[in-house]
Amino acid sequence: MRLHNISLNNLRRRGGKTAFLIIGLLIGISTVVTLIALTRAMEADIGKKLDELGANILIVPRSRDLALNYGGMQLSGVALDMRPLHQGDLARIATIKNSENLSIVAPKLIAVARINKKEDALLAGVLFSEELRLKKWWKIAPAVPEMKTMTHGEGDGAMSHSSSEGNDGGGKRAYLIRDALTETDLLAGAAVAQHLRLREGQELDIRGQKFRVRGILEETGSQDDTLIFADLNRVQKVMGKPGELSLIEVAAFCNTCPIEDMVKQISAVLPGAKVTAVKQAVESRLETVRHFKRFSLGISAVVLLIGSLIVFTTMMASVNERTREIGIFRAIGFRKVHVVRIILLEALVVGFLAGVFGYLAGVGMSRLTLPVFLPGQGIAVRWDAGMALGAIAISITLGLLASIYPALRAARLDPAESLRAI
Amino acid sequence: MSLIKLNAVSKYYESAGENVPALKDVDLKVEAGGFVAIMGPSGSGKSTLLNILGGLSHPSAGEFIVDGISIYGLKSEKLADFRREYIGFVFQAFQLIPYLTVMENVMLPLTIIRGLNGRQKELAAQVLDKVGLASKARRLPNQLSGGEQERVAIARALVNNPPIILADEPTGNLDSNTGNEIMALLEKLNADGQTIIMVTHNPENAAFARGTIYLKDGRIQG
Repeated sequence: MRLHNISLNNLRRRGGKTAFLIIGLLIGISTVVTLIALTRAMEADIGKKLDELGANILIVPRSRDLALNYGGMQLSGVALDMRPLHQGDLARIATIKNSENLSIVAPKLIAVARINKKEDALLAGVLFSEELRLKKWWKIAPAVPEMKTMTHGEGDGAMSHSSSEGNDGGGKRAYLIRDALTETDLLAGAAVAQHLRLREGQELDIRGQKFRVRGILEETGSQDDTLIFADLNRVQKVMGKPGELSLIEVAAFCNTCPIEDMVKQISAVLPGAKVTAVKQAVESRLETVRHFKRFSLGISAVVLLIGSLIVFTTMMASVNERTREIGIFRAIGFRKVHVVRIILLEALVVGFLAGVFGYLAGVGMSRLTLPVFLPGQGIAVRWDAGMALGAIAISITLGLLASIYPALRAARLDPAESLRAI
Repeated sequence: MSLIKLNAVSKYYESAGENVPALKDVDLKVEAGGFVAIMGPSGSGKSTLLNILGGLSHPSAGEFIVDGISIYGLKSEKLADFRREYIGFVFQAFQLIPYLTVMENVMLPLTIIRGLNGRQKELAAQVLDKVGLASKARRLPNQLSGGEQERVAIARALVNNPPIILADEPTGNLDSNTGNEIMALLEKLNADGQTIIMVTHNPENAAFARGTIYLKDGRIQG
């Protein structure tokens, strides 16, 4: 027989009190596990949503001569020493180490084009499938009947704004029509549309090629208001710049990857390009995630403190109840350290069991409550060995910490006094 | 040389700011293999004397020597070692650990002795056999009669082969027949060479001892 047999037998004999101790700590641990699991799921969900909201990496050709401004970034103009970006660069970007963190890669060719042989405007060749995913806030402005009298050209009525799908009281969300757009379709920014008096369905002539205005975008307050968006391949052909790109916008899942690492990786595969992290976007995403973490850590700390207090008070009561026993141990020659070891071994077992069951209960609770917090997101709470070990380690540590004082108090009991309590 | 020597041992307890004497200038010598009964009325200092002899309570004055060692000159943990190596306690009302089996209760003093892991059961079985309880080793204390529990307590006191057995009213909770059986067992152990010091109120039990000291008001009488 060893000291741990004494501890284990005592825990078994005092089944009710042992269960109370375990439950006290278990509630704390399971709450922490639940909060962490929920926070992680929410972080993932928010991260995913935020990561899809706009670019956080901008790639432009490296050049000393900067002529054009896009989103606060200077873009290269016609510098002679500039090596323009090329369509093939998109494939290179896909080869970086953190390629799984790439959410959207949206290339653009921006050029000045004469519209209807009258006025110049900025034409942006884009991949609509990528661009509209990147800019989910884009809305097609509802057709204004009066505009028909103000504008020229004929309308075909192809666009209908009667559908309520994607409407938030204003226009229809542009990404809903991304698959319906053809290579002759155009989306016009609000400012340029007003300047050129463009209307939906209108046909335009750009360098001898026919395009059709598929929609006028609602005002965004950004540079997009001044651009006319068309299919990238067609713009490249029209402008005589096959395969050429002015810039590439990238939306990366920076939630699980340091954005600076991705910037370095892209710079390595595109040595002729200038790759920049859009810090503001990244920081705002991280700040949101930090808020969640702080909240869950705060709640976890309070719950764990309560759990520890339960263990402390129960252990103290247990020591008081066991004064006689401790007196007997000391009388037959147990050293103080032996008494401390018996009580801390009990705390270790209680902590371990509370950790194991607390983790299981926490995962169960988070699975039950996740659909309430994030309905229809399809996010699952998975078994996580790291979190399980962490829960057990925290539970054991708290159990031991809460039992140190009761154990020392038991060891310091005067044996003669303890036996008098018999 | 005496195994146990008490030289002018006094013990005072503080009560309401005054020193109340429990033992006064007690001198005592017990030879190895002796069997001494301590008698006296309640409050005479019997339990205080037994606590001092058991290394549980420091005397206020005087010296307690066992085997040539001044016991209360030892530090706390060494004093625990002294209790483990020299003393076997038989408590009043048995005082077995209720959640341990008979075998485990008897093995209790061995759990803190290094190098005995393989022999714990063997040694405990030997003493259980000696007290006639070999067949009840797996039972819990509450499954035994009072006499059997007292035997387990004696077996626990004997298991690490201490030179001294201190028994505090060993028959106090037993009927007279069972009490006589226990006293016969203690007498036999003494006959085998075990030193025993026993506190008792009962003159019939004291008759089993080879010598009796009477305490009154903290002093040895006669």
